[in-house]
Amino acid sequence: MSDVKLKLKLKIWRQPGSDAVGKLVDYDVEVSPDDSFLEMLDQINESLEKNNQEPIVFESDCREGICGACGLVINGQPHGPVPRITTCQLHMRHFKNGDTIYVEPFRAKAFPVLKDLLVDRTPLDKILQVGGFVSINTGGVPDANEIPIAKDVAAQSFDAAACIGCGACVASCKNASAMLFVSAKVSQYALLPQGQPERQRRVEAMVKAMDEQGFGSCTNTYACEAECPKGISISNIARLNRDFFSAKLKSKNVS
Amino acid sequence: MSWLLESLNSSIGKKILMAVTGISLILFLVGHLSGNMALFANDGGKSFNAYAEFLHHLPGLMVIEIILASVFLLHILNALRLWVENKKARPVKYAVNASSKNSTIFSRTMVQTGSIILIFLIVHLKNFWYEYVILKSNDNLFEIVVETFKDPVYSGLYILAMILLGFHLNHGFQSAFQTFGWNHKKYTPFINFLGAIYSIAMAVGFASMPIYFLFFYGGN
Repeated sequence: MSDVKLKLKLKIWRQPGSDAVGKLVDYDVEVSPDDSFLEMLDQINESLEKNNQEPIVFESDCREGICGACGLVINGQPHGPVPRITTCQLHMRHFKNGDTIYVEPFRAKAFPVLKDLLVDRTPLDKILQVGGFVSINTGGVPDANEIPIAKDVAAQSFDAAACIGCGACVASCKNASAMLFVSAKVSQYALLPQGQPERQRRVEAMVKAMDEQGFGSCTNTYACEAECPKGISISNIARLNRDFFSAKLKSKNVS
Repeated sequence: MSWLLESLNSSIGKKILMAVTGISLILFLVGHLSGNMALFANDGGKSFNAYAEFLHHLPGLMVIEIILASVFLLHILNALRLWVENKKARPVKYAVNASSKNSTIFSRTMVQTGSIILIFLIVHLKNFWYEYVILKSNDNLFEIVVETFKDPVYSGLYILAMILLGFHLNHGFQSAFQTFGWNHKKYTPFINFLGAIYSIAMAVGFASMPIYFLFFYGGN
């Protein structure tokens, strides 16, 4: 453990409620470089509570980078300056003594701020509800490896399925587009035999739901890929475009 | 046909419309630049005027012009619509903009470069097409070109617009392929390279005209 503490100036977004006007509030802190970003926020909250002040509301759950709850925009970057990690995996040693750090919530029309740094990400769930599944009649347990799937295909599908649905793609996109998220969810099934029966219906429904939630359109800046904590590739967006195009041409759905 | 309109109105449909019109304009620029190379024939404009005459008397010219104008309009109007919609998708901006850390300047400034190209296009049409085809102020198009490029301010702005056109094309070229879903480990790096070469060629090619007439033509 390092004894040298970092003196930091934090500018944290405080907003009492969804309809209230928010503002950046300054907090001067001293933290150990070994602390995680969320531990630092915990320490601020402890001192705020001691002084009978409202603690800062932020989301976190697993604190090991797999649940996708802890999205914060740190100095303009979702999940902070270190690539391929979530906010909870970010440690203070990546900052320098005297740094000013801006902490903001994800900004998107589809993600309204509920309080402070907490945003409502149910629009992502709404998209999942219309296509983030395969319909399989449950019965006896099937034999393993009954359906042959090439290793590289399985790996690609798994890479897409690594999406934790944190919403950093939306937060980083200049258009607040959810294309990377939707493309990962479409791709993980589109690549596997089990996903084929519902492939057309799934992509049509999920894109429609995405558009209804008020996300912007993708303009291929690829900021999403750069900021994604799981490194979801934009080749998934290309697959989504392909699948959507072919589904619209081939499917018998005219509504 | 409602499914078709609905598809084109979806977020991906708008991308596809952008890409199809963009690729069409990319091809148009190749033709436009190739033909204009006749300006460098150094024969007092004979070749260039002959080329202009040939285009002017092309059978079905009207149809080609209407198609070209529609492609331009679709590209521009669709872009404006996307820009407005995409602005609305993030009503509250970030206090810190770190977009330079996750994306290229070319991709982020498509609206700005596109708007400047649109202004350029209007001036460009006024100076050449409107003077030559509509007003018929001079039936020697080469002379119009020489006269127009004599103005260093005009030529300077022309060159600047062409550099920004290069920026616009550099993103647009590879972006169109991504939109069509043609992202491949083997070919995407080549497409990106080709796009960069193409946009440099277009910027340099078109900018070479004002540079030639400003500095090297007619012994001035």
